[in-house]
Amino acid sequence: MVSVLNKENVWELLESIPDPEIPVISIVDLGIIRSVDISDQKTLVTITPTYSGCPAMFEIESQIKEVLSNAGIGNLELKTVLAPAWTTDWINAEAKKKLEEYGIAPPKPGIFSEDTLVACPFCKSENTSVTSVFGSTPCKALFYCNSCEQPFEHFKCH
Amino acid sequence: MNKQEALFDYLVRLGDTSLIAGQRLSEWCGHGPILEEDIALTNISLDLIGQARQFLTYAGEVEGRGRDEDALAYHRDVWEFKNVKLIEQPNGDFAQTILKQYFLSTFNCLLYGALSHSKDETLAAIAAKSLKEVLYHKRHSAEWLKRLGDGTAESKQRMEFALEELWTYTGELFEMTEVDKVLVEEGIACDLNELYMRWLNEVEEIFEEATLDMPKDVFMASGSRKGLHTEHLGFILAEMQFLPRAYPDAKW
Repeated sequence: MVSVLNKENVWELLESIPDPEIPVISIVDLGIIRSVDISDQKTLVTITPTYSGCPAMFEIESQIKEVLSNAGIGNLELKTVLAPAWTTDWINAEAKKKLEEYGIAPPKPGIFSEDTLVACPFCKSENTSVTSVFGSTPCKALFYCNSCEQPFEHFKCH
Repeated sequence: MNKQEALFDYLVRLGDTSLIAGQRLSEWCGHGPILEEDIALTNISLDLIGQARQFLTYAGEVEGRGRDEDALAYHRDVWEFKNVKLIEQPNGDFAQTILKQYFLSTFNCLLYGALSHSKDETLAAIAAKSLKEVLYHKRHSAEWLKRLGDGTAESKQRMEFALEELWTYTGELFEMTEVDKVLVEEGIACDLNELYMRWLNEVEEIFEEATLDMPKDVFMASGSRKGLHTEHLGFILAEMQFLPRAYPDAKW
C-alpha cells in the first residue's frame, strides 16, 4: 500500500502515541520528535532522547514504527539526533498543565531553576521539600508536601 | 599517531570510564542504605551507561572496523580498557561510593563543559547532552559529601578513610598522553592541566564545607591510559561480559 499521508497526518499519528512512563502526555508533547520529513514517498522521523540512558526510548521507537506502519507507511526511517540536547523547555504549556493534573509537578524553565520552590500539584502549596532529586524514572525527582502531607513527583528541569 | 587513531582511543577512554562507573554503581541496586539512595545511585548508573553507549558507538564508527557498542563493551579484555582506576575500585561503604562519585562528577562537569565546544560535532553533542546529567550527579554527591564530612563522628571517620583510599587515584583523571596532544591541536579535546586547577579549587571549597582536610602530597597511581589496571577490573568484566561471551547469540 502506498502512503498518501502528508506531514500533518504523520504529526497527528505521533500525537496519538503516549509516553510509556507518563501516559497522560504524548511523545510530541514531550518534545522528543524533532522533525517529520516526507520526500520520494519516504518518511523520515527525527527524534532526540530525553536522558542518555532512558530505557523508554526503545519502547518509544518501536511504538512509532508500529503506529506509522499500521497507518500504511511502509518506507519509514527513524533518525536519532543529540544536538541540540533535549530540554524540558520544549514541553508546551498545555502538556505541563496535563502533568500537574496527573499529579506530577511540571518543570520550570532552565536547569536547576528554583527547583526547590516546587508547588504541590495537589494543594498548590509551595511549602514542599525535596526527598530525592532522583525518582522512579530518570526525568523525575521526589518531593513531599508539608501542607497536605502528600509525597509527589516533580518533572526535573533539564 | 593520526587523528583518527587518537580520537578512537579518546572516545574509548570516555566510554570505558562511564561504562565501568555505571556498572560499579549498579551493584548498589537493592543494597542502598535507604530506598531513595538505592534509586538515586541506580539512576546515576543508568545515565552513565547511556553516556557510555554514545561514546562507544561513536568510537566504533570512528574506528571503521564494524565494531559496535556491544563489541567494544563485551569483547575486549582488561588491557584494552582505558577507564581510570578510580572508578573500578570496589564500592566500599556509602562514604567511599559518594567520594568516588564526587571526584568523578566534578571532573565530568568540567570535562563535558569543555568538550561541548569541541570541533568534532558528534563529540560536542554527546558532551552537551551528558553535561546536563552530570550536573545532577555532582549536586547529589556534593550534598552527601558535606553531610557526611560534617556529620557524626562515625560518618566523618568513614569519609576520612574513604579519602585515604581514593585520593591516590585522582591524578590519573588529568594525565595527558600523545592522544590528548594530537586532539588538543585539532581543537577536538581539551587541556586537562587547565581542568585540574579548576577541579582542585572546587574540591578545596567543598572539603572546607565538609570540614575535611585536603590530603598532602601523596603517590598518584598511573597506568590506565596504557591499559594497566588494578585487579578489580578483571572481576568486573568477568561478571559484565559473561552472558554475551557464553551465549553470543542471546537476545533480550
